[in-house]
Amino acid sequence: MFRDTVDIKVNRIAIIGNPNSGKTALFNALTGMRQKVANYPGVTVEKKEGKVVLDDGKDIVLLDLPGAYSLTPHSPDEKIATDVLLGRLDHTPPPDMVICVVDASNLERNLYLISQIIDCGIPIVVALNMVDVAEQDGILVDPEKLASLLGVKVIPTVATKGKGIRELKQAIAERVMPSLKSQQWALAEPMQSELNELKGLLLNRQKLSESEAFHESIQLLSSPNVLEEHRGRFDPEILAHVQQDHRRLDAIGIDRLSSIVEARYDWIQRVCEIAVEKSPRMVVSVTDKIDKILTHKIWGFVIFLSLMTLMFQAIFTWATAPMDLISQGFNALGNMVASIMPPGDLRDLIINGALAGVGAVVTFLPQIIFLFLYIGILEDTGYMARAAFIMDRVMSKVGLHGKSFIPMLSSFACAIPGIMATRTIESKKDRLVTILVAPLVSCSARLPIYVLMIGAFIPSKTVLGILNLAGLTLVSMYLLGLIAALGSAWLFKKTLLKSETPTFIMELPPYKMPSMRSVILQMWNRSMQFLKRAGTIILGVSIILWFLATYPKLGHGTPSDQLKHSFAGQAGRLMEPLIKPLGFDWKIGLGLVGSLLQREVFVSTMGTIYGIKDANGSPGNATLRERLQQDVDPVTGRHTFTTLTAICLMIYYVLAMQCMSTVAIVRRETNGWKWPAFQFAYMTGLAYAVTFVVYHVGQLIS
Amino acid sequence: MNEVGLNTLIPGERGIVGKLATPSFEVRQRLLEMGLTKGITIKVIRVAPLGDPIEIELRGYRLSLRRKEAEAVMIQTSKS
Repeated sequence: MFRDTVDIKVNRIAIIGNPNSGKTALFNALTGMRQKVANYPGVTVEKKEGKVVLDDGKDIVLLDLPGAYSLTPHSPDEKIATDVLLGRLDHTPPPDMVICVVDASNLERNLYLISQIIDCGIPIVVALNMVDVAEQDGILVDPEKLASLLGVKVIPTVATKGKGIRELKQAIAERVMPSLKSQQWALAEPMQSELNELKGLLLNRQKLSESEAFHESIQLLSSPNVLEEHRGRFDPEILAHVQQDHRRLDAIGIDRLSSIVEARYDWIQRVCEIAVEKSPRMVVSVTDKIDKILTHKIWGFVIFLSLMTLMFQAIFTWATAPMDLISQGFNALGNMVASIMPPGDLRDLIINGALAGVGAVVTFLPQIIFLFLYIGILEDTGYMARAAFIMDRVMSKVGLHGKSFIPMLSSFACAIPGIMATRTIESKKDRLVTILVAPLVSCSARLPIYVLMIGAFIPSKTVLGILNLAGLTLVSMYLLGLIAALGSAWLFKKTLLKSETPTFIMELPPYKMPSMRSVILQMWNRSMQFLKRAGTIILGVSIILWFLATYPKLGHGTPSDQLKHSFAGQAGRLMEPLIKPLGFDWKIGLGLVGSLLQREVFVSTMGTIYGIKDANGSPGNATLRERLQQDVDPVTGRHTFTTLTAICLMIYYVLAMQCMSTVAIVRRETNGWKWPAFQFAYMTGLAYAVTFVVYHVGQLIS
Repeated sequence: MNEVGLNTLIPGERGIVGKLATPSFEVRQRLLEMGLTKGITIKVIRVAPLGDPIEIELRGYRLSLRRKEAEAVMIQTSKS
């Protein structure tokens, strides 16, 4: 059916497509579990590669390019996709060919990207995906007609069901592709001649490749201001030439940008008129029926809140059992080490340094896995876009995008999945703001501290008729975190990361059943990334903290005496003048230092200081409460802990960044130490300032 | 034929896209590339529960955008 063909190599293939086209499902169907995930150097765009075995036994590398609507980059994802295709990256050579995934039920817009890729001159095979959904919607696409109109091979697929995968592999294994017809869409004069002339200049003078020259000519011609956008990238004479073009075209009233986009779409529409048969839809689509409820004024929020409640319920109830199991496992491992190794510093280092640190990270893994699973399902069904749709109004008030909402929400359980979920946010600055404020939202690791403090110092009495004071205090802490997060976001958007409220131009994809295979693979990949990145840093930090709490040796006395004598104990005492204005004594200071690793360590540090540990090594909470209530400063004769101290301490933990796993993940997501360092500093500063004010106002009142 | 901003259309109303008066080049480019080109028919599907953004249908798919962006999308309505 194709007149001219070319023989090609197929050692490296890239897969590309619009978001929501089923690209990931196709990638998974082609590669199975054989895939590895890394990052492109210098950016936090995921680089996913897998291996495909062709029928002739040859292995090929399949690169999953990030989802893109066009090769005019509007997000870091689209920029990477464009750069890889045009061979601009040193570390990632351009692919020998691309598989372009299109959603058959949404062909027009999906073909826009295809038209751009064909113009790049890279051999391409189109995977006409989700043909089953399209058929249900009364959309019939004729693959042969489409193939002859586009001049490329077209294979119908249903990636989630594995249909068409064999045919797709065969099409690749043939190693023969039709030779591509460049620019099948016609541009009205005089734009076309200007384009040809400019392309010639870039080919000869700038020595660009054919496809780069074409791509750049289009960018240059449609650019609003070439000097501003492209200075330094091209020969000044060429830029001067482009400016003259612009003046000429503008003078005769040609809209340079829209004429090019419209020309492409005109061609696409003609292709679709021939290749697509639409029977008029009689029934309301399933998506419409679902959306009537899910984006309803009242029901929309009710369901949204129920889904979120369910998420937290699931995390707190289902994750507890495996979490306990893991922490018991680490205890058992510690006991085992204790029984086979002679007592000494090395044994102590392994048990209380290394094992305790790694255990701290791994214990949280069930919760993190659950969150990833939940977020993955919400993303895969298409609900996430609706959550952004209904919450955008609220988020735009603090200058953010609707998509920032889910990361902040998931931070109620743990900031780490939240921070990793910010990758869907297109604007770099908005993503950064979301990362910076997410850890202010009260995560589950703060709960043990709230529980200890409220249990010991806030009486569980009824106020205002129906409310319980203890419960009210707990809710206030959660609210404080949320308000601090939104307020800081607003402030950062006004100052440090000043930028316009991002535009909200978002596709609302049809709902679909989640592909559990894709969801679980992604959950697995993300959890492993977390373990690797956080694990190594935590191991280092926990060994340092162990050292600080163990040396110098006292040689006698209780663990409590030893801790007081250690560097950490000295640091706590040294810190005392600094934290005295917050109402904290050196013992609390020691707790703060110890819990830099992870917040709930505070509770066990208090247990050690007050000399109570039960058989499992965890403090008996009831006795600890009594000790805290009874503790009296030997010098002043006043109670170390008062209700005010307890409130101040809780506020401090709401706002301070006492979590090294988060620091490690922020470092990874922002590619450097600058932002995690800033985050640590501003959160600690904020915590200090607010606690200071509360303590002093509190003292005046009481 | 009269031209109004897309933000003035109510759910269920259809119109034909005219000029994009969007001041930002980037936003205009994205809207065009998402298929919001001159002459295309669009339909407003719904408004988000809090009044913003809105959801529209074009080229067989659904897109949401804020009222602020919709304001600059000129629509020719059949009503005079």
